[in-house]
Amino acid sequence: MAGLELLSDQGYRVDGRRAGELRKIQARMGVFAQADGSAYIEQGNTKALAVVYGPHEMRGSRSRALPDRALVNCQYSMATFSTGERKRRPHGDRKACEMGLQLRQTFEAAILTQLYPRSQIDIYVQVLQADGGNYAACVNAATLAVLDAGIPMRDFVCACSAGFVDGTALADLSHVEEAAGGPQVALALLPASGQLALLEMDARLHEDHLQQVLEAASQAARDVHALLDRVVRQHVREAALLLGD
Amino acid sequence: MVTEIRLPVACQWLPENLDWDTQKHLVAPGDTITTDTGIMLGCGTYMGDEKVIASVTGFVERVNKLICVKAVKTRYNGEVADIVVGRITEVQQKQWKVETNSRLDSVLLLSSMKLPGGQLRRRSSEDELARRNFLWEGDLMTGVLVQVSPSLVKRQKTPFHDLPCGASVILGNNGFIWIYPTPEQREEEAEDFIASLEPESLLVISQLWNCIVFLLAQKMMLFDTSLLYNYEAFLSHPIKDILKPEIMEEIVTET
Repeated sequence: MAGLELLSDQGYRVDGRRAGELRKIQARMGVFAQADGSAYIEQGNTKALAVVYGPHEMRGSRSRALPDRALVNCQYSMATFSTGERKRRPHGDRKACEMGLQLRQTFEAAILTQLYPRSQIDIYVQVLQADGGNYAACVNAATLAVLDAGIPMRDFVCACSAGFVDGTALADLSHVEEAAGGPQVALALLPASGQLALLEMDARLHEDHLQQVLEAASQAARDVHALLDRVVRQHVREAALLLGD
Repeated sequence: MVTEIRLPVACQWLPENLDWDTQKHLVAPGDTITTDTGIMLGCGTYMGDEKVIASVTGFVERVNKLICVKAVKTRYNGEVADIVVGRITEVQQKQWKVETNSRLDSVLLLSSMKLPGGQLRRRSSEDELARRNFLWEGDLMTGVLVQVSPSLVKRQKTPFHDLPCGASVILGNNGFIWIYPTPEQREEEAEDFIASLEPESLLVISQLWNCIVFLLAQKMMLFDTSLLYNYEAFLSHPIKDILKPEIMEEIVTET
């Protein structure tokens, strides 16, 4: 779209946010009673649902069971109505497989899998509405779902995307900003220790700007952490009160 | 034409009237619990950078030098003398694999099965071949299995309850609850698992199932008296209204 100004002279983005500002985030845990853990998150207009089963016995091929740790199995899918055009996505889709693999790498770094040898943990994430930052929303939703299931993790995993326009790093890109074709960085962070679980970049970015973009993404991920932390504590407090602990 | 319209109302949270114990320390993964040395790590914690860090969300329980964090909802962790209800998933040579809502399937050995007539002997190869007579894949038994979270089942001396309404309940510690019609006579030799079903007992069983689901939705603890009171409150409402959320809440608050 020629002439679309991603960052105005006064420093406002297309949707009126500032460069480092996140979209409104709302999250809920325990949305499904049947699953071990579940969560729903809305980041602006991006909506993602995550469901966790496990740890449980290996289903299917027993030979794939790891003798010293649990196997983390992630599946990513997008609903047909999630994008502007209704599009049927088959299950073995390349993009879905790649996302599933990225999610798996992220969560294998965070979940304490050594505690559950020979078991399997399943994480299913579905994007109900995609408006940019799909990976980030999925990671955030999956973190909440894993916490809801009571599976031990090293730390929260908080993710956010970032881009670079006109010398300024933008945090939490929406679909319009992603489609404009600039560089995009997706970052998943473990906030307490500051360790990165995953870092991915599309398109080209000059190395002089990399530090700035990484800092913007890290700061945004920390802001997400503050929010998720509040949601989780509130949920546990309510559950504990109702159980009469 | 008159149609009934029901508008949803945001559910009210109870916490206002309940006491909140501010002594309890709520932690989330990544939070440092303490930097003391000489601490023994219990469940839900790990050691990182010479600090004791929480790995689940829950409350810290400290007993002298032992620190552990108990999560609100986890898979079942077995303890000695627990009664569990399980579901057979596989028949193997000398054992059965049983699904019990824990992190791995449980194993039921042939040698631990009670033989008919209370015989005590070593299980022979004929017993192995005959094991399919005891439990076969897809055996139909009268009754309903309800799966809830293990944290919702109160630990009691005996989980076998015969309720006066004509059904029996086994509240397994692993969260599996088995509701079945109370057998009229108890015969030691009876291996016949198929019993005749009457419509009244079916109704009682399905009502009990609904009771459990309601208690679960409001996250209340499950034990025999809570179930019984809930069932009595249940009976006072007409059946077709039962599934509406407001009625559910009413019934549970009455309990």
